[in-house]
Amino acid sequence: MADAKDTPKDVPVADRALEPYWAAAREGRLLLKRCQDCGKLHYYPRAHCPFCLSDRGEWVEAAGAGTIYSWSVERRAQPPYAIAFVTLAEGPTLLTNIVDCDLDGLAIGQPVTLRFEERDGAPTPVFRPAG
Amino acid sequence: MSIKGKAYIAGIYEHPTRKAEGIPLAQLHAEVARGALADAGLELRDVDAYFCAGDAPGLGALSMAEYLGLSLAHIDNTETGGSSYLLHVNHAAQAIAAGKCKVALITLAGKPRSGGTQPGRPPMTGIPPDAAFELPFKPTVLNLYAMCARRHMHEFGTTSEQLAWIKVAASHHAQHNPHAMLREVVTVEDVVNSPLVADPLHRLDCCVVSDGGGALVVVAPEIMAQLKRPPVRLLGAGETIKHNAGGVVDITFSGAVASGARAFAEAGVTPADIKYASVYDSFTITVLIQLEDLGFCRKGDGGRFVADGNLIAGVGRLPFNTDGGGLCNNHPGNRGGMTKVLEAVRQLRGEAHPAVQVKNCDLALAHGTGGYLATRHGSATLIMERG
Repeated sequence: MADAKDTPKDVPVADRALEPYWAAAREGRLLLKRCQDCGKLHYYPRAHCPFCLSDRGEWVEAAGAGTIYSWSVERRAQPPYAIAFVTLAEGPTLLTNIVDCDLDGLAIGQPVTLRFEERDGAPTPVFRPAG
Repeated sequence: MSIKGKAYIAGIYEHPTRKAEGIPLAQLHAEVARGALADAGLELRDVDAYFCAGDAPGLGALSMAEYLGLSLAHIDNTETGGSSYLLHVNHAAQAIAAGKCKVALITLAGKPRSGGTQPGRPPMTGIPPDAAFELPFKPTVLNLYAMCARRHMHEFGTTSEQLAWIKVAASHHAQHNPHAMLREVVTVEDVVNSPLVADPLHRLDCCVVSDGGGALVVVAPEIMAQLKRPPVRLLGAGETIKHNAGGVVDITFSGAVASGARAFAEAGVTPADIKYASVYDSFTITVLIQLEDLGFCRKGDGGRFVADGNLIAGVGRLPFNTDGGGLCNNHPGNRGGMTKVLEAVRQLRGEAHPAVQVKNCDLALAHGTGGYLATRHGSATLIMERG
């Protein structure tokens, strides 16, 4: 159950299937998984396809472009921050933060661009307004 | 096999505490168990099935059976957050219909205010598979539900004022409940002028945080026939888990689409037949989305449906959460499913507060969403009739 108050300190966990994901993330590249049996893309990545349970997946690099599907600003946090679902150009929608932005100027449908930030030692995909 | 008419809710109890300083979690479970059995007119030794969720300490039923002194033929630890207890009623009815047990006890207790438990934390061990891909972005219960409200507003034109009507209705009911944490009647202006906590949700769009608990006793028809309490017969139940597998995200609807349809089909009734609805109210947006998904109005029309007092008993078409709900009364252990069933049973028995009792309340619905509306949640719907 994901809730920031419960944040374990030992993520990402040791997971052999995700080593290529984290290696690419350290280079600033976001990888999605495409199933070689059903052809569907998924994110977050895992060893088995969540559409057919196949374990034959290939890594596909996201171009880094997306649009905001929905967003909120956690006003009580110091400093406040924007959380969002961003729909990637490739299709999947992921949970992320919008950074380097006017917290009062965000909008659904707004184009955003991928950037990685180091958080608790892990390279983390966040987005900023495009352009 | 259907559960229709195969099981009854015979006993209910809501703990009056809202802050249980110095009382351990297991004791709260025992207090609500005792209360619900006494309400039913049953003894501890009559219980042959026990249901609890992640709020129970230790290894759930394993720890609680010993603490409570239960002798069990059927055990269920189903954990879907705040909706767990509605699934428990469904599962208890199934087990009774299958002849596995006759008297099922379901308990909930939590103390997020006075400590001694991690609110909403399931007993399962290990880091969830989504953790590395979600926790770095600091999701909170608040901002995850807020994003559902934002998207609903975008797609359907829902307004903060319409959401506020849900809190207004809950507050109209809570004024009559001496145990309610927030008894003051509020206005739409009060809600929309309260501080933004996670856009577009305001402080008064949120439920209360409370200690407390509750219990239910579900029994076989032959047991109900021996008891003195007004019978409440289960007609239908449905459940599901909604999630965003693989990144397919539509947060404008909930699992109620599936669980509600199953419950109505089993009961053989329609939303128009329902006289009273207990609807999970962690936030105002939770209520609005569920009402649409359960079929009380069309998808997107929820804002118009809840406005102008339509959820207020004696005023609107669909009285809801007449105890004040999670929005004003209590939300024990951050899990609101139990209290949803309790108030539906009170309404069907004719034992709600006279100021909010629905006239001729012969058919009621209780619905719960547990977990996170935006990412993954358990959903369960119960339809009950006055027996």
